[in-house]
Amino acid sequence: MKLTGLLMMPAGWIIVVAAVALLRLLSAQELFVAAGCGVEILGLVLIVRSHLAEKGGSE
Amino acid sequence: MSTQAPQGLFAVSQALCTLFILLLPFALAGLALINTGLARSRSAAHSMMSTLCVVGVAAVVYYAVGFSLEGFAGLSSHTFTFHNRDWSWLGAGRWFMRDVPLEGSPASFAALLQMMCVGMAAMIPLGAAAERWRLGACCVSTALFAGLTYPIFAHWVWGTGWLSRLGMNFGLGLGFLDSGGSSTIQAVGGLTALSLVWLLGPRRGKFNLEGMPAALPGHNTVLVLFGCLLALVGWMGLNCAGAILFAGAQPGRTVLVAANTLLSAAGGVLAAAAVTRYRFGRPDASLSANGWLCGLAASSAGCAFLAPASAMITGLVAGALVTLTVAWMESRLGLDDPAGAVSVHAIGGIWGILAVGFLPFAPGVLGGLNAAAPAIGPRGQFLSQVVGVATLLGFVLPFTYLLNWLLNFVVPQRIPPEEERQGADLYELGAGAYPEFMTHTDEFTQW
Repeated sequence: MKLTGLLMMPAGWIIVVAAVALLRLLSAQELFVAAGCGVEILGLVLIVRSHLAEKGGSE
Repeated sequence: MSTQAPQGLFAVSQALCTLFILLLPFALAGLALINTGLARSRSAAHSMMSTLCVVGVAAVVYYAVGFSLEGFAGLSSHTFTFHNRDWSWLGAGRWFMRDVPLEGSPASFAALLQMMCVGMAAMIPLGAAAERWRLGACCVSTALFAGLTYPIFAHWVWGTGWLSRLGMNFGLGLGFLDSGGSSTIQAVGGLTALSLVWLLGPRRGKFNLEGMPAALPGHNTVLVLFGCLLALVGWMGLNCAGAILFAGAQPGRTVLVAANTLLSAAGGVLAAAAVTRYRFGRPDASLSANGWLCGLAASSAGCAFLAPASAMITGLVAGALVTLTVAWMESRLGLDDPAGAVSVHAIGGIWGILAVGFLPFAPGVLGGLNAAAPAIGPRGQFLSQVVGVATLLGFVLPFTYLLNWLLNFVVPQRIPPEEERQGADLYELGAGAYPEFMTHTDEFTQW
């Protein structure tokens, strides 16, 4: 789960950068940047949950 | 940002830059006192000793390698072309600052400023990992931070990298704006702190078997509050020097910068005191100190651009945010962060970056920065700031996590939990910070 989260965060960032580089319309850029940020936040949530699971397991 | 740093500073700017940069050690001293005061007395000397070592390692590594990777306006950089746009992604200078004669050029001032900035950023994880981070490991981790993590991101923001050119290349406002380091110093340091808190785990006794956090209060609130006042002096120097060097502000603009810095800190402490008064019945000193510091961290990004009222709003939101997130991170996310560094620096820094994207600018500030600035659409500028935040979360956090995770295999980072009982002072340094106040059990048993 942690590895997935760690991979999702750069994946979301690449979506953000690609949106800025490849799209010309501001509204389209905003949409894809929001999607990329969403992927990053999902990755962050996965990392948080994996650490919570580790902490619970060690107690 | 699309505004270029000036190619030649006038004598007044040079004198002011020198003065402002020489104020920066006050911020380092303030942060050191805050980190130490918020930790327990059994690790106080270790905390101060770690600060000295971290600042030393950071300065040496940044001088040797970091600045060459970061670069500055007018220095060479590695660039590739994608979709007919140049993407500057890394500085291409020579090691040991051999491209920059240290004689008063803007690049030399930027180098001097950042030799201290990188130490400041590297100190942030010390507060989060207090009482359980080995001295040797924190030095090696700092070397990686000052040699890789910080320079790469700082190049993108301050070294005419791709983030700073989002406005010029893609029409997104003025590009990513951060003249004082809410992103490069605060957020990068705060996210590194987060990765270390995850990797090191909580202090012994912080969470019980049900996962409920126990209060482990800091040992000296006076140190913490005095550290806040010292930090204000240093932050004013940092923000003013940054505004001149990285936003091309004229010397007169530093009045606005200093006022914005103070107002943001004031908003932070007042909001934190009010929120804690409302929640707990009394204002909480350590959370109010966190509010002050969070206001300062958030102020850096927009201090050269925002109107004073905007800066105060930035501080008010930062102060309220930090009181809520410190408790949330501890109780819900299971993070043991004695100094609240992740909330203060990462969340405060990110909030400061975003605030520049939509809060009103000071009248005439754009003309003062760059008379040829394009018309700024608020959506474009906000999008620029969001791209910067996405880069922090999508690149910096995984990168610094990976570096410290790998380092943990080579140099174990955590003090053994059984040794935490006696404290990092005795375990690592062989002597406590306050020997006359120590209780020696064998002395009592002899009588």
